[in-house]
Amino acid sequence: MSDIIIPRRQLIARAGGLVVAAGTLPLLAGCDAINDAPAVRKILSMGEEMNRASQRALIDRDALAREFTRADLSPFFRPNGTRLPAGADYAAHAANGFVDWRVKVSGLVARPLSLSMVDIRAMPQRTQITRHDCVEGWSAIGQWTGVELRRILEAAGVRDSARYIVFRCADRIGDALYYESCDMIDARHPQTILAWALNDAVLPIANGAPLRLRIERQLGYKHAKYINAIEAVASLDQIGAGKGGYWEDRVDYEWYAGI
Amino acid sequence: MAEAETPVAPEKPEPVRVYRHRLPTRIWHWVNAVTLLVLLMSGLMIFNAHPRLYWGEYGANFDRAWLVIGSTTDTGYLRVGDWKIDTTGVLGRWTDAQGATKTWAFPGWATIPTNYSLADGRRWHLLFAWLLSVGLALYMLWTLFGGHLRKDLHVRRAEWSPRHIWHDVKEHARLRFPKGEAAARYGILQKLSYIGVIFVALPLMIATGLTMSPGMNAAWPWLLDIFGGRQSARSIHFIAAWALVAFFIVHIAMVLLAGQLNEIRSMVTGWFRLPPEKDGRA
Repeated sequence: MSDIIIPRRQLIARAGGLVVAAGTLPLLAGCDAINDAPAVRKILSMGEEMNRASQRALIDRDALAREFTRADLSPFFRPNGTRLPAGADYAAHAANGFVDWRVKVSGLVARPLSLSMVDIRAMPQRTQITRHDCVEGWSAIGQWTGVELRRILEAAGVRDSARYIVFRCADRIGDALYYESCDMIDARHPQTILAWALNDAVLPIANGAPLRLRIERQLGYKHAKYINAIEAVASLDQIGAGKGGYWEDRVDYEWYAGI
Repeated sequence: MAEAETPVAPEKPEPVRVYRHRLPTRIWHWVNAVTLLVLLMSGLMIFNAHPRLYWGEYGANFDRAWLVIGSTTDTGYLRVGDWKIDTTGVLGRWTDAQGATKTWAFPGWATIPTNYSLADGRRWHLLFAWLLSVGLALYMLWTLFGGHLRKDLHVRRAEWSPRHIWHDVKEHARLRFPKGEAAARYGILQKLSYIGVIFVALPLMIATGLTMSPGMNAAWPWLLDIFGGRQSARSIHFIAAWALVAFFIVHIAMVLLAGQLNEIRSMVTGWFRLPPEKDGRA
């Protein structure tokens, strides 16, 4: 018996020591100083670069995100972020069905464009049922119809010097307009579309009416909504705070959101 | 026999020292200890962004979750299926170091960083995931080809007998651990635990983690088929993480019971002192 009881007592005593040690957990607050140190932030951002480089090396340029069937659709496609852009301007567009909405295509292009929704629907379209993955962890499956972004880039004659495509949005969060960007690989990907329909209905305002980006191999915050301008650029440095997107600038989300 | 009857002066015999852990094991052990702690705590931060788990390909707020950590106006709760318990103070609703009430799922002391930041939690998680993956890949190679599997982890035929396993279970339950020469080798439960962690649990964590990546889904769509969809992979990732926590708790308990100084020293220097045989004269 005694060989059973003694170790058990020892265990309790030692476990007691652990509980005392756990009492020092508030010291973990010191870890947050580590989290905020510039050198640490630099090391942490190495992870993003490793993920981007390895995924670009591993994933075929045109490898498709999985496409699903109508039986797989989420019963309700959860909107996120802005659900209704503020301001009289957007309200006026919404009131007349976005007939006057224009998408300007500019920057490093041979032929700047100003496309109406009619122009956009007249271009080659693609319909795809894909899974939307929010950075927060949830997923929803929806069917999207829209124009392939690469058709617009071809029509505008994007120059070889363009390295990124920037998407400007009509919604403001806090004091800044939402925007996003991607490299030319994702911009020319066959599933990258500017969608104007969700589940066979005109895109609802909460989901980004009249036009939103679908960039199917990246997380949800890359899928800019309420798009009114597309810009081809050589560098992202002069745009916003220079990190390539609203959330990237604000809270340091990864610019490459493939994972 | 004659010797046994001769009274011996009660002097302590020199402990027998054996070289138990080679350098790769020691390095990987400690790197992994830190890595898994960071991955767990940053993972809990990421979970806090959407504290609901689903089965299948999709799942969001309007879909049925099989696990939810949530809060009401004055309580925190954990719901698993139809089973719900009040977790006020720990999960879903708790008080931070400044006395402020928070309604994130896991409390600040358990997450990296302490205050809610999905962006920072992801950066820690996705960087340390590389340490885990590269370290595990190297360690697996060394285990397979460096003799670790053959010398230390290989389960011999006799050890597979249910009687032998049951005996080891009973010995553990009674907190009776091997002494002398027998303590130089791993027991069957130890072997199975270590093999399970190295070849099942950790690879499962990495594979389910990659299955949540929309980029990897395009490269390796079969990942989705293996785990039954992205949200199932996320659920399995969460469950396997707690399985690793359970392993950690048992691991620490065993270290304390077997003598923490000797055990920890052996994982630092490699040298383990065999616990002396009990002969009733000590």
